[in-house]
Order: sequence, then structure tokens, then C-alpha cells
Amino acid sequence: MAHDGHDHDHHHGSELSPIALRVKALESLLIEKGYVDPAAMDALIETYETKIGPRNGARVVAKAWTDPAYRKWLFEDATAAIASLGYTGRQGEHMVALENTPDTHNMVVCTLCSCYPWPVLGLPPVWYKSPPYRSRAVIDPRGVLKEFGVELPATTQVKVWDSTAEIRYLVIPMRPAETRDWSEEKLAEIVTRDSMIGTGLVQVPA
Amino acid sequence: MNGAHDLGGAMGFGPVAPEPNEPVFHEDWERRVYGLMAAVGDVGGWSIDEDRSACEAMSPATYLKTGYYEHWLHGLEYLLVKHGLATPQEIATGKILSPRKTVPEATTAGEVWERVTGPGSYLRQPQSPARFKPGDKVRTRNIHPETHTRLPRYARGRTGEITLVHGCHVFPDSNAMGTGEDPHWLYAVTFTARELWGRDTADTVTLDLWEPYLEPA
Repeated sequence: MAHDGHDHDHHHGSELSPIALRVKALESLLIEKGYVDPAAMDALIETYETKIGPRNGARVVAKAWTDPAYRKWLFEDATAAIASLGYTGRQGEHMVALENTPDTHNMVVCTLCSCYPWPVLGLPPVWYKSPPYRSRAVIDPRGVLKEFGVELPATTQVKVWDSTAEIRYLVIPMRPAETRDWSEEKLAEIVTRDSMIGTGLVQVPA
Repeated sequence: MNGAHDLGGAMGFGPVAPEPNEPVFHEDWERRVYGLMAAVGDVGGWSIDEDRSACEAMSPATYLKTGYYEHWLHGLEYLLVKHGLATPQEIATGKILSPRKTVPEATTAGEVWERVTGPGSYLRQPQSPARFKPGDKVRTRNIHPETHTRLPRYARGRTGEITLVHGCHVFPDSNAMGTGEDPHWLYAVTFTARELWGRDTADTVTLDLWEPYLEPA
């Protein structure tokens, strides 16, 4: 099987792997059958490579840090509060925001597949979809956090959320104390993807 | 289904390996699988639950040896055959060997943004009032269906507390089978690490669980 596509692209010096060939064949079949418009496929890919990603979530967090009315709304009705910033749709139909505090650290996983809030964080990173994280986040969350460089005091309760339904969770991390006079725009720049999954803390760059 | 996908609490997979400045896709074929699944999903006539169930139908050894987009590719090929959009021979050869199935018009590039960001909801009209309220103690049923379920093994037969009532949602266990949405009340149920793992800590795990998974404790 590995040699089926031996002559494909050989002259380009970039031989396709068996799985790449399998996907290429499937793509041409589905386009030829008229089930897929290739331009739509490209637009779908481009949407998640360039338009929808963790910068969206960072804007939600920065607004929650600077606007008390928005923060209140976010914890009461995250779906509506997040939609008000224009972040809606697939894999974000039902949102819940989780508040990190000195007493409580929330962290999100999907042990059964890789459910993730696409409208605010984009498509998930490989580690989020892989067995080490999916297996251990629920049984050893503090051990996992250490691998991300996060050590929490024993007095902080870790609450893990396993996304087993169509509810998508967004962690609202703690705001660093030294950012008191920062603008919402500047704050959004320091909010990391991992801090909104709950595997990181927001830090002011040195 | 007690498959390899049900990973909560499993051991031996090693440390988590975050990748700095990770790209959205690592290989071009992953990009294409994503685009194909998203585009065909608009016309294929299957639900997200059926899609998850199809990915879980991989053999356990293959599931663990392969990554996310290979799971998707397996699921997509399975669904295309199951729903009559393509035959296994067509998938193997990439050549048309059977008539095209009549499906809705393919999504155009101009419709993509609306399709991706447009409103959607898994909430449905309840047929009966919610059985539980926040603070209620519940025990998960010790069930082992051979078909799709969203009650992971590690949380079966355990006692927890209702923390949120999410509303009445499409029930994946039936929707994945194509036997209807059969909506049920959905709750966030919180378990202590002691109850789940016998560990002496105040940490908790919360899962979203439908009423048929639960009984009063």
C-alpha cells in the first residue's frame, strides 16, 4: 500500500504519505460527486486558521476584568454575553463561564472526545485531544498542571469539568494584580489560550 | 460503548506535551480532513452524536495509535458509506462507481461564515419537569451500553451532587443511533475526587449528565 502513490509528486520531491493519498482520493471523489464545493472547503479551513481563535476568548476575559456589569452577565448567561461580542456558532451553542479565584481553580477537559469551545478558542491543540491529557486531567489534575508549570496551593480547590454534553466551558482566569491601570485592549494581549482552558495562569510578561 | 475513547482515569500514556506556537494544523491532509468533514456535514444528514459514535467505532488499538484527524477520517468514511453517499470501493479508489445520492445543495464559500457562526441549539421543549434540582444527591447508573453513551466508565455507579440544571437537551444515546433526539434534562453533576478515585483531597470533577443516567441517592 505504501507504494501505491509512488509516482505521485515524485518529481516535486514531496512524496505523499499513505494517509495523505487516502485523503486526496476522498476529496476528489466528494468534489466530483458534488457534495463539496472546493471553495467552501477552503473557506472553512481559512475560518479556523485565521478568523476564529483564542484571541476571541481573550477579549471576553479582558472585558470581564474591566466591566463589572459584563462580568455579572457572563457568569449568569455566558452564551448571551459572549454572543454580544460576536462569538457564536458551532461548538459554542451553550456556554458556561467558570470563575477562577484564589480559592477555586477550574480546568476543562473532554475525556470522551475533544469537545472544546470553538467560537472563543478556535480548534483545540494536539495535547488537548491526546490520551495523556484526556486520561489524567480527571484523576491527577495537579500532576497535569505541574507539567504546564502551574503549582497551586493546597488550599486552592481544583474543579475539573469534563465536557460530556454540548455545554462548552470557558475559564475566566484571575487578573494579575499589577495590571490595575491597564486598558481592556492591553489586557486581552496577555490572556493565553491555556489560561482559558485552566491549564495556565495569566502572567504579566517580564 | 466501553471503547478506547473512554480515557478518563486511564494510566500509562506519559506526560502531557504542550507544543509552543502550535499551528492549527500540522499536515495538509489534516487541514483537508477538517474541511471535508465540515463541508460534507452540511449535506450528509448525520448528527454530531452519530459522528462521535462513528469515530468511536474504530478498533481500540487503531484508535490509540492514531490522532484526532485520523479518527475524523475514519468517522467520515464510515458515515459516507452508512448514509449511502459513497461506496467502500469509491472511497478506496477515489473514482465514481455509483450514482450520486440526492442531498441538499453543497454549501458555497459565501455561505460558510453564516453556517459556522449561525445560531444552533441542542435545547428542546421538555415533556416533563426536571426531576432534580441543585443540591440534590444523585447516583449514576451502572450501565454498559454497547452503543454510544456520554456517561464515562469512571463516573458510573458513583454518588454526586447536582450543581447546574442546563435544560432539556438532545439525548446522544438515542440520537447517535438515528432513533430520534429523545430529549432529556441535562445536569452538571459534581463528584468528589474521594468518591471517584479514593483520593484524600477536596478537588472535584463535574460532568454533564442526562436524567436517564441518574437516580436519586
